[in-house]
Amino acid sequence: MVRHVMEFERPLVELEDQLAELKRLDVIAQPELAAEIASLEAEVEMLREALYSALSPWERVQVARHPDRPKTQDYVAALFTDVVELRGDRTFGDDEAIFAGLATLDGVKCMVLGHRKGKNTKENIRRNFGSPHPEGFRKARRAMLLAEKFQLPVVSFLDTAGAYPGIEAEERGQSWAIAENLATLSALRTPVVVVGIGEGGSGGALAIGFGDRLIMLENAYYSVISPEMCAMILYKDPARAAEVASSLKLTAEDLVRLRIADEMVAEPLGGAHRDPAVVYQGVGEAVLRALEELRAQDIDEVVSARSERLSRTGMFVEGE
Amino acid sequence: MPISDWFKAREGRRYTVTSTGTTELPEGVWVKCPSCKHTLYQGDLVRGLFVCHYCGHHMEVTAPDRVLSLADEGTFEETEPGLTSVDPLGFRGDKPYAESLRLAREKTGLSEAVVTGRALLGGHPVVLAVMDFRFIGASMGSAVGEKIARAFALALSERRAMVAVTASGGARMQEGMLSLMQMAKTAAAAERFTRAGLPYVTVLTNPTYGGVTASFPVLADVIFAEPGAMVGFAGPALVEQTTKQALPKDFQTAESLVRHGMIDAVVPRQELAETVARVLDYLSEPGVPESAAGATCSVASPGVRGGE
Ligand SMILES: [Zn+2]
Repeated sequence: MVRHVMEFERPLVELEDQLAELKRLDVIAQPELAAEIASLEAEVEMLREALYSALSPWERVQVARHPDRPKTQDYVAALFTDVVELRGDRTFGDDEAIFAGLATLDGVKCMVLGHRKGKNTKENIRRNFGSPHPEGFRKARRAMLLAEKFQLPVVSFLDTAGAYPGIEAEERGQSWAIAENLATLSALRTPVVVVGIGEGGSGGALAIGFGDRLIMLENAYYSVISPEMCAMILYKDPARAAEVASSLKLTAEDLVRLRIADEMVAEPLGGAHRDPAVVYQGVGEAVLRALEELRAQDIDEVVSARSERLSRTGMFVEGE
Repeated sequence: MPISDWFKAREGRRYTVTSTGTTELPEGVWVKCPSCKHTLYQGDLVRGLFVCHYCGHHMEVTAPDRVLSLADEGTFEETEPGLTSVDPLGFRGDKPYAESLRLAREKTGLSEAVVTGRALLGGHPVVLAVMDFRFIGASMGSAVGEKIARAFALALSERRAMVAVTASGGARMQEGMLSLMQMAKTAAAAERFTRAGLPYVTVLTNPTYGGVTASFPVLADVIFAEPGAMVGFAGPALVEQTTKQALPKDFQTAESLVRHGMIDAVVPRQELAETVARVLDYLSEPGVPESAAGATCSVASPGVRGGE
C-alpha cells in the first residue's frame, strides 16, 4: 500500500524509514546497533512531538485532506447501528457524494447526513470526490424534512472540498439547491448536530453544515473559500495558500474562538488517521452529549435558539 | 454616509460613472458602450437607466440610481445607513481589509455594499434591498448580511413586500467563516419572511455569484433577471478549468436560466418597476397597511425618472 506523506512531515518520515531499516538488521550480531536504534527512536519521538503538536493552519488543511483520514461512512459504520441508506432526490438522480440514512446511535434513532468521499480512485469517481451536485443537496433536504416529520434528530458529517463547479451542476441550479437547504435547516423542527470531520468547503459544506451544535475535529477546517483559491484571487499565486490559510481563520480552534463552533474533539498526534478508534469515541461522545441536551429541550426552544444563534453571527458597527 | 447625502453630493459633481474604453472622451460627458462601442451622451444614458439605446446592453447601475429607478418618486426612506463592516479577523491580503473598506466607502459614498430602505413601488409598500457592485464587488460580509436580515425583519414587522436587487461576486472572503455564515443568516431571514405569507420578489443583475446567489435571492416567490445578466454559483472560469469542457455559449446567462427553469423571466430594465409592481398587485395584501402609509421621503429626487 502506498503511504501518503504530507509535505511537512517528510523529514519525520525519512527518519522513521531509517529507523525501520536499522531494525531490520541483525542486532544480535551487531550489539552496537541497539544503542543506535535507541537514540534514533528518541529522535523520532522528539521530532514527531515537535511537528504535530503545533500544526499551522495550512498543515491542518493538509491533515484534513489526508486520503487515509476517516470518512463519513467510517463514522457511520463505527458509531451507528441498524443503518438504512436513503437514496435519490426523487427528481433527477442519486448523488453518491452525499450520504443520507436512518441510523441509531447508542439507542437514539437519527437521520444521518454527510459528504461522502471515496476510499480509492474508483469510489472517488463515483462519488465525485465528495463534491455534490444539486441532486445531492436535494436528497439531503428530503432527508431533513423526513427527519422533521418523524422527529428524528439530524446528525450531519462535513467533509467536502465544496459544491461541484460543473456545467450541469450549474444548469440544474446549484445555488437554488444550496439556498433551499439553508432555509430548510434554519427552521427545521428537530435538533441538528453538525460534525466537521475533514474539509468544510464553503457553500457546499454549509448546505448541510449548520444547526444547533457544531463540533469540530481538531484538524478539520471550515472555510468560506479554499486557501488555494483565495491565494489565486489575492495574489494570483496558489503557492501562497499557506499564509492565506492563516488569515482565513479556518481551524477548529479559530472557529471555537469566533463562537461559530461549540467544541473541538482532540485527535491523536499526527491526525485522526493515526488512530481512528480514539476519534470515533471522541466524536460519538460529543454527539451523544449534544443530542441529550437538545432532546431534553422543547423543540420551540431549540428552533428559536438556533435562529438566535444565526442572528448574532457576524461582526459590524452600527455607525451614526 | 446616508444615501440622501449621496444624492446631494452627486448633484454637486460631474458624473463619474464611466465604462471601459472612454479614456479619449471628456470624462463625465460621454460614455462608450462596452458592448457595441457606440458613444453615448451621459445625460441620455441616465435617462435611459444606463441601457445602451443602440444595442440594449445593460450597464452597471449604482444602488442609489437603482433605487430611483424602482421606487415611486420621493418615497424612498433609507434604513440602517450607518451599519458597516469592521475587520474582525485582522485580514491581511494584498492590502489590509480595513484599507479596502476605507477605499470602497470613499469611492462609492456608501457605507456598505447594500442599500436598504422603505419605499412605495407602484403604490405598494415595500422594503428595497439593492446591492452595489462597486463596493468590494458587493461581496456579502457581516454588515451586508445584517442589513439584509434587518430588511426582511422590517418588512415582516410592517407587513411590506420585499424587493431585492442583487449583484455580487459572492461571500466576502476577508471575513472568513463569519461571511459564509451570512448565507445561512440571510436565508433564515428570507424563510421567516416568506412563511409569514408576505410577497418577495428578486431581480438578479449582472453579475450575481457564489454565496450570494446561493442564499436569500433565489428563495423569492418570483425571480426576474436583467437581459444578459450572468448568474451562478461557481464562476465560468472555475467551471471551465475544473471540467476542462467548453462552456455552452449562453452558460449562466439570464436567458439560459429561464430555459433551465430557474427564474421566471428576463425583464428589460425599463420595464422592471412596472413588472415588479404588477406582481405585487397579485401578491400583496389589499390596501396600504397603517404602518406603511406615512412613509416619509428622505431622498430628494434628482429626476432620474419622469423627466427633470
Ligand atoms: Zn451598446
